[in-house]
Amino acid sequence: MAIEVNGKSYETDEEGYLVNLNDWNEDVGAELAKTESVTMTEQHWEVVNFLRDYYNEFQIAPAVRVLTKAIGKKLGPEKGNSQYLYELFPYGPAKQACKIAGLPKPTGCI
Amino acid sequence: MLNIVNKSPLDRGSLDSCLQAADGGAILLIEDGVYGATKGSVGEAKIKSAAGKFKLYALAADAEARGIADRMMDGVTLVDYNGFVDLVAEHKTCQSWL
Amino acid sequence: MTIKKFMFVNRKAPYGTVYALESLEVVLIAAAFEQDVSLAFLDDGVYQLKKGHSTKGIEMKAFEKTYGALEDYDVTKLYVDEESLAARGLTADDLCIPVETMSRAALGKMIEEQDVVLSF
Repeated sequence: MAIEVNGKSYETDEEGYLVNLNDWNEDVGAELAKTESVTMTEQHWEVVNFLRDYYNEFQIAPAVRVLTKAIGKKLGPEKGNSQYLYELFPYGPAKQACKIAGLPKPTGCI
Repeated sequence: MLNIVNKSPLDRGSLDSCLQAADGGAILLIEDGVYGATKGSVGEAKIKSAAGKFKLYALAADAEARGIADRMMDGVTLVDYNGFVDLVAEHKTCQSWL
Repeated sequence: MTIKKFMFVNRKAPYGTVYALESLEVVLIAAAFEQDVSLAFLDDGVYQLKKGHSTKGIEMKAFEKTYGALEDYDVTKLYVDEESLAARGLTADDLCIPVETMSRAALGKMIEEQDVVLSF
């Protein structure tokens, strides 16, 4: 599978996750968001960028419980709760936000 | 002869066999074999006891990956992949102590 | 869900075989299911925690960084065999995360107390 962004083709796996982490840029992220029917706002990007930073630091996409806790620590308790994150990413914050961030499926995510 | 060792000396007997059986020449440590030449380790003591019998090399990429490139015992020359190829080409035969 | 005591016994060096990476993946999964996870490192397994891995040359993922995320997963029980460290010219200061060092015998007792033991 592949997605098309600005005339360039990017390889994705059978579930629509980007194959090469380094292919990612904001335009690619926006296109991946479309495949998930997510309309990106500043709040969405904040979570996506948080995930990319987390991946850079620890080389993993965190499980949803860990993501919630880590976001709470960094961005405040009003954002570090599953209700807020599920409102932004209704089909699972870890799964959908990771896909948009160009990361692999989170470890421990069934 | 070029002897290649790719196993950690504390996990397998490859380095022991090499040091005991090989009749001089060069030893190149690759993969987990690079642990054999870390300062202060049991492997270092074994290699020291065979001192002078062998020229000693270790693959830099493997030592760096394992965070021990700055811990290599004295007398070890770090080589890159091209250096690996040169060593193979320089020696008439090659024994991998798998 | 019933919480069980899971211990992961790590005895292999990283990169040379896939055991270390596989163990870490299962650790994260067990922790995501909120199990009582602890990790033991002995023999060449202590090399997994040696700090300063730089894997560009061998083109593998430097999963050493992932041990830093264990705290976020509430995995804080990390036990390292001091005899294994000594045989390799290492001390706890050479490791990438804080651990508790203990004798091989003490580690054996720790393993005995578990509900589930996973060997890597």
